[in-house]
Amino acid sequence: MEPRVVFNEELCKGCSLCISACPKNIIYLADRLNSKGYRPATVTEQDKCISCAACGRICPDAVITVYRPKKK
Amino acid sequence: MMELVFERTNGLTEKPTHYCPGCTHGIIHRLVGEVLEEMDIIEDTVGVASVGCSVLAYDYFNCDMTQAAHGRAPAVATGIKRVLPKDRIVFTYQGDGDLASIGMAEIVHAAARGENITVIFVNNAIYGMTGGQMAPTSLVGQKTATSPFGRDIALQGSPIRVSELLATLDGASYIERVSTHDVASIIKAKKAIRKAFETQKNGLGFSMVEVLSTCPTNWGIDPKESLDWVKEKMIPEYPLGVYKDVKGGK
Repeated sequence: MEPRVVFNEELCKGCSLCISACPKNIIYLADRLNSKGYRPATVTEQDKCISCAACGRICPDAVITVYRPKKK
Repeated sequence: MMELVFERTNGLTEKPTHYCPGCTHGIIHRLVGEVLEEMDIIEDTVGVASVGCSVLAYDYFNCDMTQAAHGRAPAVATGIKRVLPKDRIVFTYQGDGDLASIGMAEIVHAAARGENITVIFVNNAIYGMTGGQMAPTSLVGQKTATSPFGRDIALQGSPIRVSELLATLDGASYIERVSTHDVASIIKAKKAIRKAFETQKNGLGFSMVEVLSTCPTNWGIDPKESLDWVKEKMIPEYPLGVYKDVKGGK
């Protein structure tokens, strides 16, 4: 499926505020480093995302873009 | 097919910020950027950065920017606002060390004159850039680099509540204190910032939004704990709400 939440990993500082804000608890820090040496936030279970954008609104670094399926 | 719900605002540049991980300066930057974009005033706006962690704000906002000497942003903004055509929007972005300490004279007199500018006042109860010294806004008992045993009223006096103070001035038109400790308060903060810019656009005079913010690095706690600290320690000392709204009869 197309992703509902997309992280611009290079901008992420791994502060984890998005993890604390996510009502579905699906965000975690990845086991890789970006070029600044931070573990970027990521989501694997995209189908569990409800597109509420809480993560995007609390992110201090404007890392996150959120989509939702178009209603037919 | 997917539709867009939320994305990075065009009110910010593409440059990554230098702020520490979890610092809510970034959230407040984004809210200001979103308001500039939604009001379609990016091209008409001049921002004045202050001294402190937000000194480099001129790299991050997508409008015209300048930067003032420590505490003098409201005076510089006054000059810019008065010489430009009336439809231009001028705002300052200042921390508590800048605004409530060395800049106290400038902010009080800008408000007293009813200058038609907007002030975004970021209060995190500490000096951030210089290494976590006590600010005029530090809480009673708060341990900082210069109050290692906690702020003592007998020695250092009580915290200054800037919103309450400025609300007593006739020149102030819109004063509100908001917070960034959770998503709901962030949404409220954005509404307040929008209202402040609209106050200026409508020519009503001085507007200020005080935003309670965090400093995980100098508070010595992690970003999530910092949000809890704002909620549990700062908000009781700095109650949220509208302190002055001339149009709303307050």
